[in-house]
Amino acid sequence: MEAEEKYTPQTWPESPERATLEGKNKFLGFWLFLGGETVLFASLFATYIALKDKVPSPEHALAKDLYELPLVFVMTMLLLTSSLTSVYAMYHMKNFNFKKMQLWLLITVILGLGFLGCEIYEFNHYYHEYNHTFTSSAFSSAFYTLVGFHGAHVIFGLSWLVLVMVRNAKRGLNLYTAPKFYLASLYWHFIDVVWVFIFTVVYLMGMVG
Amino acid sequence: MSTIAQKRGFASTVWDYLTTVDHKKIAILYLIAGGFFFLLGGIEAMLIRIQLAVPNNDFVSAGFFNELLTMHGTTMIFLAAMPLLLGFMNAIMPLQIGARDVAFPFINALGFWLFFFGGLFLNLSWFLGGAPDAGWTSYASLSLASEGHGIDFYALGLQISGFGTLMGGINFLVTIINMRAPGMTYMRMPLFTWTTFVASALILFAFPPLTVSIFMLMFDRLFGANFFNVAAGGNTIIWEHFFWIFGHPEVYILILPAFGIFSEIFSTFSRKRLFGYSSMVFATVLIGFLGFMVWAHHMFTVGLGPVANAIFAVATMAIAVPTGIKIFNWLLTMWGGSIQFTVPMIYAVAFIPSFVAGGVTGIMQGAAPADYQYHDTYFIVAHFHYVIVGGVVLALLAGTHFYWPKMFGTMLSEKIGKFTFFFFFVGFHLTFFIQHFLGLMGMPRRVWTFLPGQGLDTGNLVSSIGAAFMFVGIVSLLVNIVITSVKNEKVGNDPWGDGRTLEWAIASPPPFYNFKQLPLVRGLDPYWLEKMEGKQTLTPAEPIGDIHMPNGSFVPFVISLGLFIAAFGAMYQIDDKAWAIPVLIGGLVITFGAMAYRSIKDDHGFHIHKEDLIDENDDKGVKA
Repeated sequence: MEAEEKYTPQTWPESPERATLEGKNKFLGFWLFLGGETVLFASLFATYIALKDKVPSPEHALAKDLYELPLVFVMTMLLLTSSLTSVYAMYHMKNFNFKKMQLWLLITVILGLGFLGCEIYEFNHYYHEYNHTFTSSAFSSAFYTLVGFHGAHVIFGLSWLVLVMVRNAKRGLNLYTAPKFYLASLYWHFIDVVWVFIFTVVYLMGMVG
Repeated sequence: MSTIAQKRGFASTVWDYLTTVDHKKIAILYLIAGGFFFLLGGIEAMLIRIQLAVPNNDFVSAGFFNELLTMHGTTMIFLAAMPLLLGFMNAIMPLQIGARDVAFPFINALGFWLFFFGGLFLNLSWFLGGAPDAGWTSYASLSLASEGHGIDFYALGLQISGFGTLMGGINFLVTIINMRAPGMTYMRMPLFTWTTFVASALILFAFPPLTVSIFMLMFDRLFGANFFNVAAGGNTIIWEHFFWIFGHPEVYILILPAFGIFSEIFSTFSRKRLFGYSSMVFATVLIGFLGFMVWAHHMFTVGLGPVANAIFAVATMAIAVPTGIKIFNWLLTMWGGSIQFTVPMIYAVAFIPSFVAGGVTGIMQGAAPADYQYHDTYFIVAHFHYVIVGGVVLALLAGTHFYWPKMFGTMLSEKIGKFTFFFFFVGFHLTFFIQHFLGLMGMPRRVWTFLPGQGLDTGNLVSSIGAAFMFVGIVSLLVNIVITSVKNEKVGNDPWGDGRTLEWAIASPPPFYNFKQLPLVRGLDPYWLEKMEGKQTLTPAEPIGDIHMPNGSFVPFVISLGLFIAAFGAMYQIDDKAWAIPVLIGGLVITFGAMAYRSIKDDHGFHIHKEDLIDENDDKGVKA
């Protein structure tokens, strides 16, 4: 099967992201990579739990002083919705509807940017209101590293989505470009799953002490 | 294609290797770079042993000694043993499963260049203000207190080369799962392929904890974070946990492929099918799994409590079971076989008692209360050199002799090979056996010097003499390589005469597309099966057709170079150097820019046409 062959909705295969050997390899390799990423975040979570509220002196802010659930709730909703919209995008990819796929990816990116904006506001707020900086305590280092690693993944994921959208704007869908879209959206889902754990372990557990 | 490939100037050969994505050439790169670092680590070891040869010695200063022992361990594990094994995996594994290349040739090249630049960065520390000096384990309270940039070189260098290894691991996993030739089921895979598979899975799950812990060390040292700073609420034990959650599986990442190489050698030179093949596979997988369950046996004396210590002690001893299965399977493979004592086989036979000795001392240390006696003494040094040198390095030397003809098309001299073996093997036992007793007599590990008259003088002298023997052995191997390369006597497909697996059915060295027609695999040891039916070639699984090949690329080199540059910026920004931050950003721009370039550009590779393949065949016919 030639990667750049032209397709119509009728001839478009069932799982275009895995229709070529290259696509199949990328699909499996990326899942394995996400396995490694899972261990990476597991290590960061373990560190955070071990160092939670470990501060040098009592005047430092603790988890229960810092977190505000309304903002975090908005962020969670933005990111969960963006995961849903990226599913819509992949739905249209599988139906060979390039324009609708690009549209839903664009909505995904906008929602992701919204999340990122909230996170920047949040960090800024902690910095100015509570003097909770990266260097102030072991707790703050662990917090910013865990949530910051996730934030860096969001930035990378957004750049990736934008890059494949721009790159393929004229090329459209074929068996060479389909895996690229698919993997970017898979990465986006992974980022979302990590956030669900951050929401639970950092913010919800932070509220109960 | 072949006519273009034959006559080349030096510059174009260099450019070819800088841009190659061919797994066989990347294997050679790994072999050269890993071999270079192996020599470097060996020289460091020699300096250590010269310093310790006599009491009260001041051949090197105490501070320099700390740098030597740190760099010896770090170099040998991360920059020599692992890359050399990755080299053999690259050279042989795709051939063993009947594949034309790995799943991600580009990422394969990227993995190599990341390792190379990481290793280069780490070793530049010698010239830029001092090497790391907190031991290869770099325990956090010590490494935070270390002055100068040594530990920063350690953290940044290992981080870069670790990314490369992780990519290599994922690449091999996908290659083995997706790229096997028709008929090559999992339970027909040669054992070296199986051990590569399991070791790659270990890499995938063991390296991320190291990545995280090195990030934390970097953040603490370079950006003022407080993970390990107890005064600010930090906890230094976190480093130890993560380091060993990585570090213990790392041991199996090294030893499993070594087991694989020996399994191939035992069955080839016993002219017998590997005894208990399925139990070997089972044992490999079980060792891989248990490897993640035992990390705290490195931390018995930390004070985790008797319950934790007991659990980890039992888990540790459990690993002896699958390892024992392997040892007996190798013995029974030889039993009744028609054994040929070629150089690889001599190494394999010598490996069994050496490795068993290392395993037994491992079990001794696995008994937590006893470990309080052994901890941080030369007994530990003796133990891990018995498993790493007696297991991994013997496998590397055996593999070098065994696979040299397949990789380069010429045979290493058997005579010099036996000389190498004699000096290396005798030297190895001379160096490390006596260290058990030095340890039991109380000589602490990593000690710069010792006083006379404490019963340590003779033992240390013997140990140093042994190291000189090993050095002679390695030098003779280099001589062997030079002589062999100068003579350049070409050999055929199956130079050992008893090759069993697919790689021995094709030319030495193989053509760049490996298999003109993908082979049909009809059982375990497919080439042996064909030979037993009187055939000299494999049964093809497809007609001759166009072969799709990837294009070479310079981008992996550039991506890695960017990180190399960025590392300097990250390191010197704490000295408030004005150029540091721009260099950091510039390096990252190069890396991410090259990644984006790779992503944006269309790269479909090229096809070797059917007609060219047939022509090439005719050419060879004329020549022969």
